[in-house]
Amino acid sequence: MTVTTAEPVIRLRDVHRRYPGRPPVRALDGVSLSVAPGELVAIVGPSGSGKSTLLNILGTLDRADAGEVCIDGRDVGTLSDKQLSALRAHSIGFVFQQFFLSPGVSALDNVADGLLYTGVSLRERRRRAARTLDRVGLADRLRHRGNELSGGQRQRVAVARALVGRPSFLLADEPTGALDSASGAAVLKLLHELHDGGTTVVVITHDHGVAAELPRQVHILDGRIESDEYLAGAS
Amino acid sequence: MTAARSRLRPRDTVRVAFSGLRARPLRAVLSALGIAVGIAAMVAVVGISASSREQVNQQLDALGTNLLTVAPSQSFVSEAELPREAIDMVGRLDAVESVSAAGIVPGTAVYRNDEIDPNQTNAIAVSAARTDLLDTVSATVASGRWLDDVLSAFPVVVLGADTAELLGISRTDGDVQVWLGGEWFTVAGVLDPVPLAPELDTSALIGWPVAESLLGFDGAPTTVYQRVAEGSVDEVRALLPATVDPAAPEEVAVSRPSDALAAQAATDETLTTLLLALGGVALLVGGIGVANTMVIAVLERRSEVGLRRALGATRAHIRRQFLGESVLLAALGGGGGALLGGAATAAFASSREWPFALPVWVLAGAAGATIVVGALAGAYPAARAARMPPTAALSSV
Repeated sequence: MTVTTAEPVIRLRDVHRRYPGRPPVRALDGVSLSVAPGELVAIVGPSGSGKSTLLNILGTLDRADAGEVCIDGRDVGTLSDKQLSALRAHSIGFVFQQFFLSPGVSALDNVADGLLYTGVSLRERRRRAARTLDRVGLADRLRHRGNELSGGQRQRVAVARALVGRPSFLLADEPTGALDSASGAAVLKLLHELHDGGTTVVVITHDHGVAAELPRQVHILDGRIESDEYLAGAS
Repeated sequence: MTAARSRLRPRDTVRVAFSGLRARPLRAVLSALGIAVGIAAMVAVVGISASSREQVNQQLDALGTNLLTVAPSQSFVSEAELPREAIDMVGRLDAVESVSAAGIVPGTAVYRNDEIDPNQTNAIAVSAARTDLLDTVSATVASGRWLDDVLSAFPVVVLGADTAELLGISRTDGDVQVWLGGEWFTVAGVLDPVPLAPELDTSALIGWPVAESLLGFDGAPTTVYQRVAEGSVDEVRALLPATVDPAAPEEVAVSRPSDALAAQAATDETLTTLLLALGGVALLVGGIGVANTMVIAVLERRSEVGLRRALGATRAHIRRQFLGESVLLAALGGGGGALLGGAATAAFASSREWPFALPVWVLAGAAGATIVVGALAGAYPAARAARMPPTAALSSV
């Protein structure tokens, strides 16, 4: 799946977000960003740079005060809370630093929960979950419970959960933050493989080492985009 | 893709609610217990009173409701009695199927032996009884035998159930004697309790002839018992006073003992209502317990709510999840309570040898009550969970 000049998956235009307070915090101060289908992008910045706010805006968990946010071709500003939920259910796959797996539930059902709010039957959810777990290399761990898996395996289950609904893009928040370096490297490798398979992935991180391995790096500081670099030879 | 909606199947709502409870089983059981106690109390109260009523109904079916009793109306004249001819007069009425009578032998008491202080009468009445009394009032002999025509002429006594207990007599083999009206009387038998004529329970019954010959009994009955054809009870009831005592019908009181039994069952209803209200209070307290549990659950599970919102749950889905959890919790308690209450009813009924009766409306009411309590208890926590902004829910970890 090679995409050249298709409609961008994510398009932000002059997005502002401020939090009330004295003085008010300008978390995002005129951010414009476009991500095309099939890209693997790192959004890098130190803590307090506004990258968590950007994550919330990209994930439609929060709304911008000003500016235009288009996700998967839809103008987020015009959508109701219910429509945003639908957008998240079908178009966005979240991966969190803390995994957020249900500890007493099998890997299969944790992944199947990724389809819970799409109205698909349990049998079909499990069928697709099994296929997706196979894709992330955990075909032999279907019956393991969340608390019986290693950190790296848990994050791979979480990636599978994000992936199972075939979203337009994955939004990964510090996906290696809670992992040792070997497991972190394995998860990054998995994201690269998904990217090679055509999946759009946005990784949000404070870790320059992680960002350096990705083909495109967007640096953010004080709510503004500092630089937007493409590595030589990246797609 | 643009028309795609966020959707949670009803079955999945239940599944999600259930998994929330399963994650903390001890807490679920403890908060369900509060509901269970309330429901169990209400089910048991209604069940026991229904069983008691059922027992009375069965008893009335067995004893019949066609027994009428005639006695002197309450007056200031002590030792009031009916005219001697009353028995024959009543027997001549068409609708009367059988007549019998008992007459209190005035100034006579019964003692275990002749050493007992004469004042210790235990309020036991000595009555002369006709031999057909037993059949007319549907009484049964617990041990020994009833008076027959031969025994009636001798100093032989049959004791009512309470009388036997008060005198401490259980043997009826003819070796036991009691001191009755200054004579020794042999105990021939002991009666079972007589529901339709409870006054016999505290009586010592002797033969009519022997009462006349030995104790100076004047032969005037105190109470006349008659069985009446089923359809004519009211008609006969109206005729009886004038039949028994044409000279002074107003001094005759007619009663229908089965009415008293039924009324006794009905008076229990006041107590039942009170106990039911107490059960309701227990249920309310149980509901508050569930609400408390749910409020804590919502606070603890902010990140779960955030994750679910990220997975595409709408506010309504989150609200339904927690509401479902609350109703499920209450239903768990309600189910357990209904079983507990049913078991308590069964145990109590069998200990009293009552039939087991549990009206269906009680179970339906219990189910309805738990759903209402669960929904009320869960409404606020669920609304609170639904209102949480997804970002706050996720960043709280």
